[in-house]
Amino acid sequence: MQKKIRLPLRDEDIESLKAGDRVLLSGVVYTARDAAHKRMVEQEKEGTPLPVELNGQVLYYTGPTPAKPGEVIGSAGPTTSGRMDLYTPALLEKGLKGMIGKGYRSEEVIASMLKHNAVYFGAVGGAAALIARSIKRAEVVAYEDLGTEAIRKLTIEDFPVFVINDIHGGDIYKDGVAKYKQ
Amino acid sequence: MKEIAYEKIVEEVKTMCMESNYNLGEDVYSAFKQALQTERSETGKEVLTQLIDNADIAKAERVPMCQDTGTAVFMVEVGQDCHIAGGRLVDAINEGVEKGYGEGYLRNSMVYNPMNRKNTGNNTPAIVHIDLVEGEELTLHMTAKGGGAENMSALKMLKPSDGMEGVKEYILSIVKEAGPNACPPLVVGIGIGGNFERCAFLAKKSLFRPLGVRHEDPAVAELELELMEQINRLGIGPQGMGGSTTALDVKVELESCHIAALPVAVNLNCHASRHQTIVMK
Ligand code: SF4
Repeated sequence: MQKKIRLPLRDEDIESLKAGDRVLLSGVVYTARDAAHKRMVEQEKEGTPLPVELNGQVLYYTGPTPAKPGEVIGSAGPTTSGRMDLYTPALLEKGLKGMIGKGYRSEEVIASMLKHNAVYFGAVGGAAALIARSIKRAEVVAYEDLGTEAIRKLTIEDFPVFVINDIHGGDIYKDGVAKYKQ
Repeated sequence: MKEIAYEKIVEEVKTMCMESNYNLGEDVYSAFKQALQTERSETGKEVLTQLIDNADIAKAERVPMCQDTGTAVFMVEVGQDCHIAGGRLVDAINEGVEKGYGEGYLRNSMVYNPMNRKNTGNNTPAIVHIDLVEGEELTLHMTAKGGGAENMSALKMLKPSDGMEGVKEYILSIVKEAGPNACPPLVVGIGIGGNFERCAFLAKKSLFRPLGVRHEDPAVAELELELMEQINRLGIGPQGMGGSTTALDVKVELESCHIAALPVAVNLNCHASRHQTIVMK
């Protein structure tokens, strides 16, 4: 079943999402990967305010290729989310409501998502040229020195994802595989 | 003696880096189409459809199919009767990589060293394996190898008593553990035998063989097909969300080993299996 959802995520949207749902997301997401996460969590520990307000927001784990002249962004598919697991509970604590990436999350992150009513979406790893088409605007908003790993504010339209972990305990990586295992 | 100019190698390498990232090989593309026919999960079909569309867009717009444009890995066969004029072969390859990744708007994903993790800014160094062969040709095989699948690869020194059953079990356990992280559908490259470092090399080497091409030894070819069937029964499916297409192909290379040893290496490749080969004469 395919749903269209406008960001920021409302509580009723989060409530309605089920693992395995196909969703087209529109609105604003922020990009961050390893280096940006490390820096955000360090700043958080030092008590320095984060460069972007994460409360209610969605993070997209990606490090795009350089944009060709005249293009909004280069190819921009998801990177492996597990590398962000160490930092994620602290960000969920700050009100982060959704993450887009690919691959397994740790038990701790899943527990923290359940506690804070947050959803984990998977975009198709490797479909980076297709995904880039749904990114309408991109601007670096923090950590410019990190290059591809800088935090970017993306305006997206009908960005294709699947719900991996919902707030009801559903996990398509487990449920889907169980269904097709022979 | 045949002379091959340094500058010519730079140009060829530059082109290979760009083309491999923009143009998915015909072998992989038709494997997607084939999988779309047989995949049992609707979600899996949707993923495959996105991958086909993605390959079409990348080709038409000349943009990278994946944002991880990889580590540039080369397997080079140098004919012992050819002479590379004007500089070192490895320097020519690195210069070509720098140009290809720079001019091709590809992502620079290499760091100087694992301790400082500072980006080298031009995707060098490439990883270059050189083999001296007969003749006067220079053959370059290149792959842009993504980090996601490489990170889920593994090697184990099994005991000879573990036998082929132990080998198969180990391979399945690695594919299972990788799950969605290695971006399935996968190409599974396997090395059996050799020694510690040679085994890993064999696994990587096997990934250079085009999809659908079986090992020339019928017993190894049979093992490839058997493993493929077993892997596809795991249910992991496209992007790990469940389905019948977990591997697009399985490749095995094997070599002699010590009487006490049974090394096995599993080098996973994602569906963005990007390869180019050129022969310079
Ligand atoms: S594993 Fe392959 S398809 Fe997936 S993100 Fe990495 S390079 Fe791209």
